[in-house]
Amino acid sequence: MTNMGIDRRELVAGLLRDRPDNLLVVTSLGSPTYDVAAAGDDPRNFYLWGAMGSAATVGLGLALARPSDRVLVIAGDGELLMALGALATIGAKKPGNLALAILDNERYGETGGQPSHTGAGVDIPAIARACGFARAESFRAPLDLAAARELLLQEAGAVLATFKIAGGELPRVMPSRDGHYLRTRFRQAVLGRV
Amino acid sequence: MPQGFEWAPGDWRRDIHEAFTAADVRQMAYVPDAGHASLILACHADPSIETTVLTTEEEGIGVLAGAHLGGQRGVLLMQSSGVGNCVNTFSLIRNCGFPMVTIITMRGEWGEFNPWQVAMGQGTEAALQAGGFVVHRIDRADEVGGAARAAMSMCFDGGTPVALLLSQKLIGAKTF
Repeated sequence: MTNMGIDRRELVAGLLRDRPDNLLVVTSLGSPTYDVAAAGDDPRNFYLWGAMGSAATVGLGLALARPSDRVLVIAGDGELLMALGALATIGAKKPGNLALAILDNERYGETGGQPSHTGAGVDIPAIARACGFARAESFRAPLDLAAARELLLQEAGAVLATFKIAGGELPRVMPSRDGHYLRTRFRQAVLGRV
Repeated sequence: MPQGFEWAPGDWRRDIHEAFTAADVRQMAYVPDAGHASLILACHADPSIETTVLTTEEEGIGVLAGAHLGGQRGVLLMQSSGVGNCVNTFSLIRNCGFPMVTIITMRGEWGEFNPWQVAMGQGTEAALQAGGFVVHRIDRADEVGGAARAAMSMCFDGGTPVALLLSQKLIGAKTF
């Protein structure tokens, strides 16, 4: 499957193309942060460079605070596996404006490509559905980008999509690692104040 | 104000809730604890506060970080054992300067009957300080309101993460 998966950079760029003003993005540490930066840096992106497992809950708190905005969390499979409890927390809370996109290479890519649980059959969309997500789907190559955008950008309720992506490392596109800067520029862009 | 909820006479947790209201706290995330029970009910009954029950305490740091990014103030309620679950996630607060107020009911001190609570209870303050929190310990009911207001001000006006420890002397040691 290594070379048969979805191209992660094309996927992320496709999800963020013609980005609406009210689409707020949270990324997990590692490759999802580089993928989102590669699609174009934007002050409405909040990149995590650590605190593994926190991307989904940052997205939840943001979604609750901004009910008229759409929050898209873009995270790796390893990140989400560390936060399976957060799926229960989100499922119980049922925010109408939160979407999780899981870039699933069935690997811990940052640390040498060790196999993750998803390659051994752990089914993240099934877990999300069991937790009460309105809809959760798995996408494989060839990617139906229109369907993925519809689910992640339009559909009401907490939703989740897993994308089975190709393995292998891509050139790193590194946004700022200054958390204070990322936090304040996000608030300036979204709230008009620091 | 809470609706359909009545405080028991003398419940000092009312002072904490009043500090939430005065500081315009809009989100409260928690892992339940008996010591927080009436405060949790009051927040559920308060239409101005969105409550989120967590499966584990570190989720609350993410939730409150997200709340701040979205322009809302939040607080995290937990018991002392939960502080240990948060340690790596504290890095999110320090690296980004997220305002964070956590109110912690203590176990593992002052008459604790269960030795399994003591290890983390005795390590709670050090873990919070290592995570960058200013820690205030409260032993008396008449100190609660002032400490809660001070914590809100130091955090939301000053940007300093603050942890309030509600001691077992205040809450009463759990017994069977």
